[in-house]
Amino acid sequence: MDIIGHKNWYFGLSLLVLIPGIVAIFLWGLNLSIDFTGGSRITLSFKENVKDKTVESVRNVLRNQKIEIASIERSNNLMFVRIPPIDSAQNNRFMSRLSREFRDVKQQEFETIGPTIGQETTWNALKAVGIASILIIIYITWSFRQVPKPASSFRFGICAIVALIHDVLVVVGIFAIMGHFFGVEVDSLFVTAILTVIGFSVHDTIVVFDRIRENLRRMGGSNFSKTVNESIIQTIGRSLNTSLTVVLVLTALLLFGGESIRWFVVALLIGIISGTYSSIFNAAPLLVLWHEFSSRRHSGG
Amino acid sequence: MKKSPRFLLWFIILLIILTVLINIPLEGLFPGIKPLLFKKGLDLAGGTSLVFKADMKDVSPGQRDKALEGVKNVIERRINYFGVSEPLVQTAVGKDDYRVIVELPGVDINQAKNIIGTTAELSFWEVEASGSAKTASPSAYPLGVLEALGPNAKKTNLSGRDLQDTSVSFDPNTGKPQVQLKFTGEGTKKFADITQRNVNKIVTIVLDNHVIEAPRVNQVISTGDAVISGAFTNESAKVLSTSLNAGALPVPLIPLQQHGVDATLGSESLVKSLFAGALGICIIIIFMTILYGRLGIVASIALVFYTLFVLSIFKVSTLSSYGITLTLSGIAGFILSIGMAVDANILIFERMKEERRLGRSWHEALELGFSRAWTSIRDSNISSLITSFVLYQYGTGVVKGFALTLAIGVLVSMFSAIIVTRTFLRMVYR
Repeated sequence: MDIIGHKNWYFGLSLLVLIPGIVAIFLWGLNLSIDFTGGSRITLSFKENVKDKTVESVRNVLRNQKIEIASIERSNNLMFVRIPPIDSAQNNRFMSRLSREFRDVKQQEFETIGPTIGQETTWNALKAVGIASILIIIYITWSFRQVPKPASSFRFGICAIVALIHDVLVVVGIFAIMGHFFGVEVDSLFVTAILTVIGFSVHDTIVVFDRIRENLRRMGGSNFSKTVNESIIQTIGRSLNTSLTVVLVLTALLLFGGESIRWFVVALLIGIISGTYSSIFNAAPLLVLWHEFSSRRHSGG
Repeated sequence: MKKSPRFLLWFIILLIILTVLINIPLEGLFPGIKPLLFKKGLDLAGGTSLVFKADMKDVSPGQRDKALEGVKNVIERRINYFGVSEPLVQTAVGKDDYRVIVELPGVDINQAKNIIGTTAELSFWEVEASGSAKTASPSAYPLGVLEALGPNAKKTNLSGRDLQDTSVSFDPNTGKPQVQLKFTGEGTKKFADITQRNVNKIVTIVLDNHVIEAPRVNQVISTGDAVISGAFTNESAKVLSTSLNAGALPVPLIPLQQHGVDATLGSESLVKSLFAGALGICIIIIFMTILYGRLGIVASIALVFYTLFVLSIFKVSTLSSYGITLTLSGIAGFILSIGMAVDANILIFERMKEERRLGRSWHEALELGFSRAWTSIRDSNISSLITSFVLYQYGTGVVKGFALTLAIGVLVSMFSAIIVTRTFLRMVYR
């Protein structure tokens, strides 16, 4: 199996997923939840599955109360209403009006987040992603400090980070697309998912890099691309198996874990699959690409 | 790392017995035993969480911490009065930002707002001198006033607004703690009038419709200083002083965030996520057994041990003040860590297969597999720990729950996947 020889194909496949995502991020951005923007979220449950007519009546009740509607979503007998922040008195008026129309309606959840808290959450999320990435770069550079020539620990660190950014962009891009077309929201759990993906992506890359480090010691670096290819082939089984266990568990959570963590699990699934792909087909081939580039420059100049 | 394996084996067996004991419902067999339970977060138990900003614009900067503490005490006292179990009242101080966070399990959002209400109100009651018996209903009086003063009780014009400061001091004669009141200029005048009218009589101090003290007036006090002495402990004197300060310092609370979860929704989420977790474990056991045969079975035993061990940590932690609260995202973190727990085993077993192919004995392959896979296991787990640490630092409630369970999961999984599995395997391949 020659993975390094076909590396451009694998880079191409990554771009095929990345480019639409990046375009979506710039065109539409993410569909931010009230965690970031502030607002109110109401979860209603009905005795029967929610029909178009039910949604329309809820809309009317809200309009009568002069409450602006950001979005209404539904799933089986549940309805999720997103509106600008209202207080509990307004919420009580809304519910009493609504129960006149639907006798079996129940409020399962009511959440109001003020705009200050929203800004705080956004800022903390950005800080967390930034700090986690920096700490991980530092750790990898330190941990791979004794890597034999012709590689350098700095290159390992950078390639791991490129793979990491790839995975984050894949998840964020796909959520930007889903947010635009299906109204999928991004909440503070999404940030958690991103950070977990970062951790996992590095985890996967380390397994491959660790083997490259070991093989460089054993076989020497005379044919760098062959050493890397061999390392990938030696580790591909365990890379796939470790991801597969996590993917299996997440699939169980996706199917049976309930509504409130569904998109969180989807984000994790996308990120972990992307992380496995990028560590095998992007991070290690990038090391070779970098090596070829710098040695060509050396021999040329 | 060749420490006496026999000792390790016994240690592990002991741990397994302990975790099993913690996790099986013993109370069914021995009705006297009180079982250890999980501490469930609001999203699982149902209930209300409220975040308020204390509006400090009328409070001088030096008094703000004290005022916030007072608000917290008032809220706690009100919650106790309503009999809410396992409430949580926290304060958070940021830059010029004073917050109170209240979590009330099993209480719906409207009830919660009633309990917390608005600012604390302090008043003083005396017996009306004219003595004309009134027929007001008992509910018109604060709790305890009728018992202390009789039907002629009357509210005076002195209130919490007239207090300048309160503090705890000690009686110079007896050394017992007492609460020192300091009135404002206008309050001093009002207080002097009241004490003059009530020498040798009882005046009651009422906070939030409750009598908190009913001291007897000994003499006219015109300095604006008063002392409430009584059977105080250091603690109760401090509580009274802070409560009085809350009454004295009108701190309006502005709601920043409200979240109410219906109890049925909570228990549904709990059942769903636990089912998903159990299913996940079963799938992994099947997967590992198919892939690695005997090795996989040993890893599965270690995985079951891992699960019980983490659950035990959750339960035992509730005995301390750092109890881990189980939330939906926390369970998700835990389930994710189950998937990651076998990662180390897969790395080791693949390595063992490789060494076997190179012609080494089972025993050699075992030791080499563990030692050579160690660096990548260490590096990948440390990067997971870095992530959980950062999440815990910057996350909100849900995120913190996830980070904590993930971190515990990573640490315990290193122990179970490496030490426990190796000890068992050494038994098998001896």
